[in-house]
Amino acid sequence: MARKINLRIWRGDATDGGLQDVQVEANEGEVVLDVIHRVQATQIGDLAVRWNCKAGKCGSCSMEINGKPRLACMTQVASYGDDETITVTPLRAFPVIKDLVTDVSFNYKKAMEIPAFEPPKDLKPGAARMQQVDVERSQEFRKCIECFLCQDTCHVIRDHEENKKSFAGPRFFIRIAELDMHPLDMLKNRKRTAQEEHGLGMCNITKCCTEVCPEHIKITDNAIIPMKERVVDIKYDPARIFAGLLKREKRN
Amino acid sequence: MTTDKSTLERYKYDVLVIGAGGAGLRAAVEARELGLRVAIICKSLFGKAHTVMAEGGAAASMGNANSNDNWQVHFRDTMRGGKFLNHFRMAELHAKESPDRIWELEMWGALFDRTKEGKISQRNFGGHEYPRLAHVGDRTGLELIRTMQQKIVALQQADKREHGEYESHIKVFSELTITEILKENGKIAGAYGYWRESGSEVLFEAPAVIIATGGVGKTFKITSNSWEGTGDGHALALKAGANLVDMEFLQFHPTGMVWPPSVRGILVTESVRGEGGILTNTNGERFMFKYIPDVFKDKYADNEAEADRWYEDQDNNRRPPELLPRDEVARAINSEVKAGRGTEHGGVFLDVSKRLSAEIIKKRLPSMWHQFYELAGVDITKEPMEVGPTCHYVMGGVEVEPDTAAAVGVPGLYAAGEVAGGMHGSNRLGGNSLSDLLVFGRRAGMGAAAYVKQTTAAPVSEATVAAAAARIEAPFARSGGENSYSLHAELQEVTHNLVGIIRTGDELKDAIAKIADIRKRSANVAVSGGRKFNPGFHLAFDLDNMLLVAESTAKSAIGREESRGGHTRDDFPGMDSGWRQYNHISSFDGNQVSVRKQALPFMPKELFDLFEVEELKKYMTPDEVAKGGSN
Repeated sequence: MARKINLRIWRGDATDGGLQDVQVEANEGEVVLDVIHRVQATQIGDLAVRWNCKAGKCGSCSMEINGKPRLACMTQVASYGDDETITVTPLRAFPVIKDLVTDVSFNYKKAMEIPAFEPPKDLKPGAARMQQVDVERSQEFRKCIECFLCQDTCHVIRDHEENKKSFAGPRFFIRIAELDMHPLDMLKNRKRTAQEEHGLGMCNITKCCTEVCPEHIKITDNAIIPMKERVVDIKYDPARIFAGLLKREKRN
Repeated sequence: MTTDKSTLERYKYDVLVIGAGGAGLRAAVEARELGLRVAIICKSLFGKAHTVMAEGGAAASMGNANSNDNWQVHFRDTMRGGKFLNHFRMAELHAKESPDRIWELEMWGALFDRTKEGKISQRNFGGHEYPRLAHVGDRTGLELIRTMQQKIVALQQADKREHGEYESHIKVFSELTITEILKENGKIAGAYGYWRESGSEVLFEAPAVIIATGGVGKTFKITSNSWEGTGDGHALALKAGANLVDMEFLQFHPTGMVWPPSVRGILVTESVRGEGGILTNTNGERFMFKYIPDVFKDKYADNEAEADRWYEDQDNNRRPPELLPRDEVARAINSEVKAGRGTEHGGVFLDVSKRLSAEIIKKRLPSMWHQFYELAGVDITKEPMEVGPTCHYVMGGVEVEPDTAAAVGVPGLYAAGEVAGGMHGSNRLGGNSLSDLLVFGRRAGMGAAAYVKQTTAAPVSEATVAAAAARIEAPFARSGGENSYSLHAELQEVTHNLVGIIRTGDELKDAIAKIADIRKRSANVAVSGGRKFNPGFHLAFDLDNMLLVAESTAKSAIGREESRGGHTRDDFPGMDSGWRQYNHISSFDGNQVSVRKQALPFMPKELFDLFEVEELKKYMTPDEVAKGGSN
């Protein structure tokens, strides 16, 4: 059964923009992306929205719906009240390109800065043996669909453009954790560089990222907190500090 | 806004890879490792390509779950699945090389599910004799894409160390659409396109172009494909003078979601059946036992008791008929619904809740659980899913040389993955797509690298650039013309109703006329708004591609007077061994698509001898069987 709903869409670009009200039909079972597409096909032909799979698997249609970072393809229209206006706006943490589309290139730059997977030098293809229980820890993080909702909601960068330079964000903390827990990865000091180069220390574990993750990855509990704890162990371990001093003495 | 020739954005690369799904990324990695400078073009953001939707797994006869498996068994299964219309050489290369391609991904950081011994776990799938699909839960495609995306980043990091810049040798151009492949003196010279974000135009000069654009699903109304599946590569290749082979063969995946309407067509992975899901109609009947075709009678159980035993003991029982190749299952569901035994939404029931515990379902099929719970309000650990056929995959595609992936007839052009034809014959087995794109993506990279090293590309002439630019500008210059959204919807109605899962000669004739009419009107598409991220403008170009693909499919389908794999003719219901000897070749003269028959290459003796003669008699003419393979 079709009904009319009130949709308020942010329209504009980097220079100027504002909210525009439209009325649009919504059918049973439809998601917010469906009604945005209907507006596009029948009222605003050049309305910009990014999307791909429409099944919650690619992480393209990230936007803010009534102020909350969400995937438009996984948000039921029926989850809002009959008379409620649904307001859709672009991700706030990233620069707007046009309408609901933002420039998320920040994330791809950060991805380049995380040191890649490093397999054992002598490992032959097909020879790896790993237990399911050992791969599952990293598999949880590899479920990430790179929707960047966690990046968007993270208050370290949401309203603090200046922090972007030194902060990789939750998406890349789980990438580092994934590699750190990867049974075959040989690169050392991943936790330490997470702290020293990628801004792990700036996170004060408010768990906002975990809350918005459409894949229900426990970003804070399973990636960030364990890394923070280990970093503390490494940095403030008296034995290591002593060993470090000895080394320095030797060098001198 | 007309592009000023002096400010036109221009790039020079050794090879241009169009498409950043599995095949494109694998090709790019190979070309880079062979020393080429590579540009990767993606229509969407990096890492979002349709490969992420692949759920079940990648087929490779590693023999981890059953040591009887080997490339010969995989080859036989692939040929049977394709009803022997496959290019034998592609099926052979694919079966031989896929294990290496999977192990290679592991060396790049992929984390597949494991067996008890710690090897890569392999699962059952339709048409595969042994458990063969390497997988990660039901998100295997995402693992492939992410692994290769991260491999590319790793190569970029190595380039930064060596050359001082991440993007010195591989650059990803995200959200860029290619509108034309450019040639000079009959050879590839580059490609032309526009940034989706700004609408401004870009010229790439390169001696080799690898097309890896995936499928054509958006030509149809009910499809599992995302917006990107608009047949761009198929159309670009046709326009560049390449051929398409066997475009009549489309795979309707038997299990797409049917309810609610907004998710109609979204894929329900075959793993649900591989893990023990059964299909029933509204009478509660497990109907697949009625639909086992003669050619498969000795491989599939004809009673429930044996089918159920197979999950525990695969050596002494035949497989459940739910695991027949996809074309058979899709037709069976279609028949049940037509006979009035379907659900009110036009589907049948698929139930995994009776065989597996809730815990195991959530572990093995996590995205399916998620998808049904959040989009349809159905808990698949307790209730059955409603499913029906959805347009999923095109077997037809660019005619290529199997070993190099070179497009026949166009020097410098390569194609790999779904956009290439021949590998899967008339029907693809589940799991053979992810392995296909790894095997032939790599081969396309190798083929292009070998070609680039022995050729010099002519520069793209200014006249060629001006013509390409004029075509992009045209829809903006019109006013009051046709709306691209409405024309697309019209095309989808025509293909759905007249070129769909069951076809007849009269309907196809009607479809060809209607497609021609839409194409005529599409020449008058007008675009509102500016160039900046304007979906109406983008669709105008996608539509042009879809129309060419639809024309090729309808014209190939009307010619093939038999039913085989992903092509079912109500007026010619039988499989005809005479027709097995021919491929359909589509070509384009700038005005319309024409289709001709071409003899299918015949298997050499060593491959022929892998089969029992009795089996080959079901597919081949007596003369062919007597000949016993070519030399």
